[in-house]
Amino acid sequence: MPAYITKRLLMSIFTLWLVATLTFALMFMVPGGPFLAEKAPSEATLKALNQKYGLDQPKIVQYKNYMIKFLQGDMGVSLKQRGRTVSSIIFTGFKVSARVGGLGILLALLIGIPLGSIAALNRGKWIDNVIVVFSTAGIAVPSFVVSTVLMLIFSVKLDLLPTYGLTSWEHYIMPVIALSLYPASYISRLMRTSMLEVLGQDYMRTARAKGLSQFKMLFKHALRNAILPVVTYLGPLLAYTLTGSFVVEKIFTIPGLGSEFISSIVNRDYTMIMGTTIFLAALIIIMNLLVDIAYKIIDPRIQFK
Amino acid sequence: MKHVNNKLSLQLDVSDFLPAGQEEKQSLVIMRESVSFWRDGVRRFKKNKIAMASLTVVILVLIFAFIMPAFYPYSYEQQIRGSENLAPMQYSQQELELKASGVKVFPHILGTDSLGRDTMIRLMYGSRISLLVGLVASVLVLIIGSVYGSIAGYFGGKVDMVMMRIVDIIYTVPDILIIILLMVTLKYPLEDLANNVPGFGWINTIGVGLICIFIVFSLLYWVGMARIVRSQILSLKEQEFVTAAKALGASHGRIIRKHLLINSMGALIVTTTLQIPSAIFTESFLSFIGIGVAAPMPSLGSMASDAIGGIQSYPYRLLAPAIMISLIILSFNLLGDGLRDAFDPKLKD
Repeated sequence: MPAYITKRLLMSIFTLWLVATLTFALMFMVPGGPFLAEKAPSEATLKALNQKYGLDQPKIVQYKNYMIKFLQGDMGVSLKQRGRTVSSIIFTGFKVSARVGGLGILLALLIGIPLGSIAALNRGKWIDNVIVVFSTAGIAVPSFVVSTVLMLIFSVKLDLLPTYGLTSWEHYIMPVIALSLYPASYISRLMRTSMLEVLGQDYMRTARAKGLSQFKMLFKHALRNAILPVVTYLGPLLAYTLTGSFVVEKIFTIPGLGSEFISSIVNRDYTMIMGTTIFLAALIIIMNLLVDIAYKIIDPRIQFK
Repeated sequence: MKHVNNKLSLQLDVSDFLPAGQEEKQSLVIMRESVSFWRDGVRRFKKNKIAMASLTVVILVLIFAFIMPAFYPYSYEQQIRGSENLAPMQYSQQELELKASGVKVFPHILGTDSLGRDTMIRLMYGSRISLLVGLVASVLVLIIGSVYGSIAGYFGGKVDMVMMRIVDIIYTVPDILIIILLMVTLKYPLEDLANNVPGFGWINTIGVGLICIFIVFSLLYWVGMARIVRSQILSLKEQEFVTAAKALGASHGRIIRKHLLINSMGALIVTTTLQIPSAIFTESFLSFIGIGVAAPMPSLGSMASDAIGGIQSYPYRLLAPAIMISLIILSFNLLGDGLRDAFDPKLKD
């Protein structure tokens, strides 16, 4: 097991380095710089600015400087949001995004797992059909459609919920629902298939035969085994939540990390692009790594290679 | 024939021992045509009502997006003066006057947007973009993934190890971040290529945004396909018919093309079909955040994004692209599920 973890860890670090380098290379392919969008700075100012942030040096030197600083834990200062360090912007943005995204993931799990189990336990009955239809429809609706339609119904037509910002608990309702609909549907489908498989296993018949209570049978035997595919889905789920958060944060004007990422690209805020990309990539890669390791701990049948 | 009443009687019936006649022999021959893999799959597919319904919807959407615009009197970029912000089926003042004077005016079935462009035709073109992205991207993924996966699986050993490590790494790269970055950056060299290098003018006719999407998808999305093809090839290449083909002196390329890939066709078709909705999903997402297909070309994502500004007064503008995109993704999902059940029951997870 330590060998496996070391191997995966090394590969993750390599991937992260690859992403960072790729981002660095791509970033400079875009014409224009961070200071051009402002009211036409003079030649001298531009030169001074470039010099101040080290943008006048050859790209390879800039790359080396950035990487060395990064390894020392310094992600530099934002080129656009003057006076703020990249890490502080990422930290504030991430706090907001993590709250919305975390609630979204939690809601998806709380809806998806029970719904999938209920569907599997009532296979072929009307409740199963209803759940299957809803979850099939749920994975076909992009998050921007869910967000905008929710907004249309609850804010425009019924005037119940606020449309932008994140100042009270009511602000969380729509973004969280919009983020969780797709994963909730996906999890319920996943849970239904794996539950059906588990229910047909021999050990379930044994459990029934030795007279276990329905409750014990479901929670100690069935659910524990059926939940494994959902655990593996947690990694992709995080990546999905991130994608969804780009859209949801844009629609509901939430000052999260997703909107910071998009605006940093638009603004050519080089240090911000690097910082957010590396941070988000690391988040996803580490999450996938943890999920893989957790999966192998939960299910001892899986061999370490 | 003498009828024996008592079943337990040991008396034998002589007629049972007569040689069988021609007719009797005929009736024993199984008179059923041998069913090929394809015909069997098609039969199973046709039985599946949901799959057939989704296929119908897909065909209808294809007609809507590719054929109907040819018969529609408005064009997607045409800005009709005086007809801004019309509600569905509403006519502007000028159009009413024209109608009164006896000229036939085609109604704006879904109204017009703030620039006076007909929403219906934009919806058609938006669906066309979505379908085009879905279909072309999936074919690209199919080609790249199956070539890569079959080479890795067929040659095995070190080749396989190196190739699959590359796949593993691309697999762990958070795709959406790289897609967004690539979409923004690729635009400029492509525009440069289209405008300055002779022979690349076709890039402008297709649209830089679309080309970007195709490149990005073919760079990142083939890894899943490569993994599936590789695992198929790994199990197929041990079978006798491959040994036979080798013994007969078939080249590696021929074995891969004519024996291995043909035999994994079921999995290929299913995976490609299920790739379509995911490509459409990503395209609409990119257009929604404003880095997909460039204006004035409409996309379902950008139409929805444009509609948000006027959501208070013109909610129907949002609903049309929203319903369309969900319908397209849903029907392709169900079609893929149906194909999987029909052609590749093993793949069912």
